[in-house]
Amino acid sequence: MTALNTYRSGPDEQGHFGAYGGRFVAETLMPLILELEAAYEAAKRDPSFRSELDYYLAHYVGRPSPLYFAERLTAMLGGAKVYFKRDELNHTGAHKINNCMGQILLARRMGKRRIIAETGAGQHGVATATVCALFGLPCTVYMGETDIARQQPNVFRMKLLGAEVRPVTSGARTLKDAMNEALRDWVTNVADTFYIIGTVAGPHPYPAMVRDFQSVIGEETREQMQAAEGRLPDTLVAAIGGGSNAMGLFHPFLDDPTVRMVGVEAGGHGLDAGEGAHAASITGGRPGVLHGNRTYLLQDGDGQIIEGHSISAGLDYPGVGPEHAWLADQGRVEYVSATDREALDAFRLCAETEGIIPALEPAHALAHVTKIAPALPKDHLLVMNMCGRGDKDIFAVAAHLGVTL
Amino acid sequence: MTPPLSSGRIERRFARLAEEGRAGLVTFVTAGDPDATTAAGILAGLPAAGADVIELGMPFTDPMADGPSIQAAGLRALKAGQTLAGTLDLVRGFRRADDATPIVLMGYYNPIFSYGVDRFLADAKAAGVDGLIVVDLPPEEDAELCLPALAAGVRFVRLATPTTDDRRLPKVLTNTAGFVYYVSIAGITGAGSAKDADVAAAVARLKRHTDLPVAVGFGIKTPDQAAAVARVADAAVVGSAIVDRVAAGLDADGRAGPGLVEDVLGFVRDLADGVRGARKGT
Repeated sequence: MTALNTYRSGPDEQGHFGAYGGRFVAETLMPLILELEAAYEAAKRDPSFRSELDYYLAHYVGRPSPLYFAERLTAMLGGAKVYFKRDELNHTGAHKINNCMGQILLARRMGKRRIIAETGAGQHGVATATVCALFGLPCTVYMGETDIARQQPNVFRMKLLGAEVRPVTSGARTLKDAMNEALRDWVTNVADTFYIIGTVAGPHPYPAMVRDFQSVIGEETREQMQAAEGRLPDTLVAAIGGGSNAMGLFHPFLDDPTVRMVGVEAGGHGLDAGEGAHAASITGGRPGVLHGNRTYLLQDGDGQIIEGHSISAGLDYPGVGPEHAWLADQGRVEYVSATDREALDAFRLCAETEGIIPALEPAHALAHVTKIAPALPKDHLLVMNMCGRGDKDIFAVAAHLGVTL
Repeated sequence: MTPPLSSGRIERRFARLAEEGRAGLVTFVTAGDPDATTAAGILAGLPAAGADVIELGMPFTDPMADGPSIQAAGLRALKAGQTLAGTLDLVRGFRRADDATPIVLMGYYNPIFSYGVDRFLADAKAAGVDGLIVVDLPPEEDAELCLPALAAGVRFVRLATPTTDDRRLPKVLTNTAGFVYYVSIAGITGAGSAKDADVAAAVARLKRHTDLPVAVGFGIKTPDQAAAVARVADAAVVGSAIVDRVAAGLDADGRAGPGLVEDVLGFVRDLADGVRGARKGT
C-alpha cells in the first residue's frame, strides 16, 4: 500500500475520512450540527478559547499527566521499555474529562443552557456531570438500564454531582441505546441543548472535535518522551471502544513513520465465539452506518446492529470512530483484540507489579503489551495509554474472580 | 428507459386528490409487524380503508428518530424474522392486487447499505416501490442513495422540519421528488402535536419554495387532528397511532390476536373519514 504524505489532514469538509465518517442524521438535527461545526471552527481560531481550555486542563483536570516508566513490569516482560501515559490520574479518573472540558467550554460559548450525554460504563457520564457541576449547567445523562444495574457506583457519583440519570429501556438497554435516546432528546430540544458525545464517533464534527480535545494525550507524550529518552517512542498501544483515548494518543504521531501504533479491541469471549460474543468492530465487524457516521460495525447479514460483549462496559459499543476505520484500511494503525480473560490477567498483573489498579479498558491494551513486549529489543520504547483507573471495575472483577464483596 | 418522475403512482395519486379537491391520508405501518402474514393482511386492506398513500416501515434495531411506538413495532417485526428482502416481498404481494396505491418505504440507511444500494434500488423498483424516506440521509449525503434512487426512477421523499430555515430549504428540496414530508414538530415520532396555526404557516412557507405536494406528519393521533391537517396540507400522515392499534391487538404472548387486522383497518377508516370530511381551505 502506498503511504500518504499525511495521515493528519482529515476529515474533509463533509466530515469524511476516506469512505468513513459523514453526517448521517435526521434533518431536524442537521442545522444544529452545522451550527456546532461553525462554532467549533471559530473557537479553534480563537486564542482565548485555547487558553481557557488550557487553564482548566492544568488547574482542574491536573494535566499534564505523567509519562511513567513501568520498571518492574519491563523487567518482568524482559523486552521493550514499557511506559504508561498516566491519564488515569486525571480528575474523575479517566481521559474522558479532556473532551468534556473542551465541549462544555464550547457549549458555554454557544450560549447553550442544558447538557445531555450518553454513557456506558459511566465514566463519560461522570466526567460530563462533573463539568456541568463546575459550570452550573443542568445535566441529563442517558444510560441503559442494563448498564445502570452493573455500574451502580458511577450512577451514584453522577447523582451526587447533580446530574439526572435517565434509564434507557429501549432496545438492548446499553450504550448504543443510550446514544439513540440522547439523539432523540436532542432532536426534541433543539433550541437550548448541547449534546456532549463521549467518543470519536457520531456525525461530523464530533469525531474530529473529540479527537482534537483528546490529542493533548499524544502531544504531552511526545514532549515527555523527548525529555525522558531524547527521541520518539517506537510503539504506541491503546484500548479501543469508540476509540477516543487511542485517537488522542495516536493522532500527533500519525505522520512519524517510525512510530508503530496498535489499537486493542475488546475480544470478549473470543472473535471465533460467534455473533454477540465480542465487541471488536474493526477486527470482527464490517462497514455500515450508525449514529451519524459510516464506520465498522457489529451487524448481522441484514444490517441490523448486534449488541457487543466485553467484560469492560466501556468497550462494548458495536461501532468505532470513523477515523480508526480509515486508519485500519490505510494500514497506518494495526488493530488487534484481547479477550476478557487476557484483560483480567493483565489487570491483576498491573496491580501486583506496578501498584496501579487499571480500568478494564486499558487492561486490554496491557494484555497486548504483555504479548509483544517480550520479543522486542530492550531499547524499544513502548507507550501504553493508561486511560482510566480501575476503582469502578472492582465489583465486576471480584465477580469474575468468584469473590463476594 | 426509466419513465419520467412526473408520471408515477405518487404523481397520479396526488393529481387525483387535487381533482377531488381533498387532502390525502398517508398511513404508516411497519413491515412484518407483528408478523409477516398479519402485516400483509393489514397492507392489503389499507386502500379500501381509505389510505391514499402507504408508508411501509423497514424495521431497524436503532431507529434514532422514532418514539416508543414505532421502536417497539420494529423490534416486534425483527423478532418475527422480518428482513429487508422480506419487506420487498410484502410489497410484491401487495402489488398483485393493487397497482395504483403508492408505496413509500421508510426507515434508516444501514439495512439498505448492507443490502447494497444498486441491488436494493433494482429490487425495490421491480417489487413496486414508488419512493423512499430514509431518515438518516440529509441532503449532505445525497450521493449515497438519493441520486442513485432518482436515476433508478424511485422517488426520494425528503423530510423538512421546523429547524429547516428558509436558507436551508432549497437544499432540502433540490432532489426531493414525489412529495415533501413536513415534520411538524422538532422531536421523535409519536410525541406531541403541533398547533394548527403553526402547521398552516409552515405549509405556506414550503409552498413558496416548491410545487410538490406537502404531506404533514408527526403527532397526528385522531381523526379530528388528521382533519385539521387536511384543511391546510395536501396530505396528513399518521403512523404511531396506527402502530399503537397493532400493539393493542396483540395477545398475552405478543402474537396477533383475533380481530387485530379489522381493528387497525377500522381505525384507518375513521382517519380517512376525518380527512375526507375536511374540504381543503375550509
